[in-house]
Amino acid sequence: MIEQAVAPGAALQKRGPRSVVTDTWFVFWREMLLPLRDPFSLIFSLIQPLVFLGLFGPLLGSAVGAPAFGGQSTLQWFLPGVVVMIALFGTSMTGSNLQYELMTGSYERILATPLSRSSLMIGRALKEWAPLVLQGLLISVVCIPFGFIFHPLHVVLGLVILGIFGIGLGALSYALALVSQNKEWIFWGVQQTLLFPLMILSGIMLPIEAGPGWMKVASLFNPLTYLVNAERELFAGRIGMDTMWGLVAAVVTAAVGLVVGIRTISRNTN
Amino acid sequence: MIHTNKLTKTFTVKKETVEAVKGVDIDVAPGELVAFLGPNGAGKSTTLRMLTTLLKPTSGSATVAGVDVAKDPAGVRARIGYIGQGNGGGHSYRVIDELIMQGRFYGMNTTDAKARAQTLMASLDLSDLAKRTVIKLSGGQRRRMDVALGLMHSPGLLFLDEPSTGMDPQNRANLWEHIMRMREEHGTTIVLTTHYMDEADSMSERVIVIDHGTIIADDTASRLKANLAGDLLAVEVAAGSASDVRGLLGRAAAEGDMEENAYDGVVRFRLRLAQGAQLAPGLLKEMHDAGAPAQSLELKPPTLDDVFLELTGRSLREGAEV
Repeated sequence: MIEQAVAPGAALQKRGPRSVVTDTWFVFWREMLLPLRDPFSLIFSLIQPLVFLGLFGPLLGSAVGAPAFGGQSTLQWFLPGVVVMIALFGTSMTGSNLQYELMTGSYERILATPLSRSSLMIGRALKEWAPLVLQGLLISVVCIPFGFIFHPLHVVLGLVILGIFGIGLGALSYALALVSQNKEWIFWGVQQTLLFPLMILSGIMLPIEAGPGWMKVASLFNPLTYLVNAERELFAGRIGMDTMWGLVAAVVTAAVGLVVGIRTISRNTN
Repeated sequence: MIHTNKLTKTFTVKKETVEAVKGVDIDVAPGELVAFLGPNGAGKSTTLRMLTTLLKPTSGSATVAGVDVAKDPAGVRARIGYIGQGNGGGHSYRVIDELIMQGRFYGMNTTDAKARAQTLMASLDLSDLAKRTVIKLSGGQRRRMDVALGLMHSPGLLFLDEPSTGMDPQNRANLWEHIMRMREEHGTTIVLTTHYMDEADSMSERVIVIDHGTIIADDTASRLKANLAGDLLAVEVAAGSASDVRGLLGRAAAEGDMEENAYDGVVRFRLRLAQGAQLAPGLLKEMHDAGAPAQSLELKPPTLDDVFLELTGRSLREGAEV
């Protein structure tokens, strides 16, 4: 027996002001239900950066040598890079979760709701970014005994900048998933092909200063470079020009990503 | 509730332009139950997807629930419900979570959304499955969940795209029971597509027959059948007296269309009669008077398939299965 909990149309009248912010919150929250209902995935995502830091960090110090790190400890230099890398991997996967929903009718069902188009992308991108807050704080704390100096407020600001960048990258990943619908391998091909050059040319893993001149030039055209520099500055407890440029790179990436994403969504639908 | 003006959609497939919907004009009044009937690829779903703002029309216009689909698609989406062909629940989500989130997407508060979800789950036999993830549901359970998702915000106008495809007869009947009850209680306007003609026949008051992207008929199922198909009459007379009634029957047949086969000393005439039930008794008397009394008679009411056959020269059944 279908009874009416609310009168027909009552939901419409009761509605508060619709905004991208509330819509984004709903989309984000629905996405967050997955890890919350299945917390094991979160535990693994916390272990991963620790493994990376623990195994790659020591090699880096002995292989490259201290001068390339600008006088900082290897850990102080490498840890922000790992945080950017997690953000990069996480948010560039935004579209992959969408792929499953594209195959069933669940994406279409959500597309038929009044949710704003940008909130669909931002909410999903932020879900990929959210674990980073935990991961970033956790690895920072874990590294303190090994000589890492933790500046909490700077780190939080660094995570916010990564969140803005993540919205842009997530939106691009979302658009890529839509474009490669029914041809899932294209999504993975493009994502992987772009991810590694971007990562290496930003100096996340190894200092770009140690490379040849052409790499240094190429790195100047990589938005990720500015982001990594900003995070290094912030994790070192300073706020300066690098932070500013990192913020600019993040905002530009977010703007470009959202424009491309919204255009891709509305190419076919309204 | 719905008004379209020369609504058109063309797709470009491999550099070839395909006109999926060719300038259809549709008017649906509040409270109506309308079925788009046609074979696969006829343009039913494309039309529905334009009305629900999931596809942008190539040309023409549509007003849905008082809102222009091109000018304010979000406004249209807020006023309608849509149950698509696919399963709406995300695979890894729990049934109850998806229902509540759906309510939130439409601006319901959490308390209302929870209450509504409970009511719908109870009425669609989903209560025991509330905490199950969608991927563990059977096909029929998923389809019932789709219906629950579509009804969460109690839309005044509900679109259903092939709602019962892949359902067993029991679940089809249940689904229809729910839809009909909702309509009775709330006066919901319902527009659906189907290629099951029996479904269009028994459930809808109004059938819009679509073929090759155009509307080829639009009327109540009973009027369509009476006007376009007529009842199928089969009479048998002794072989010797067939010639006495051949002319008589031929004149009575709709458009003079009649078949005859002879076997075992009888001749069997098959013809369509516009109003068979009314005309058959008189015809029998005329045959009797002509000296060729009918030895047997069979009168079959027409189906929508007969209507489709009459309109297009093709059977809907041929194109019915994917």
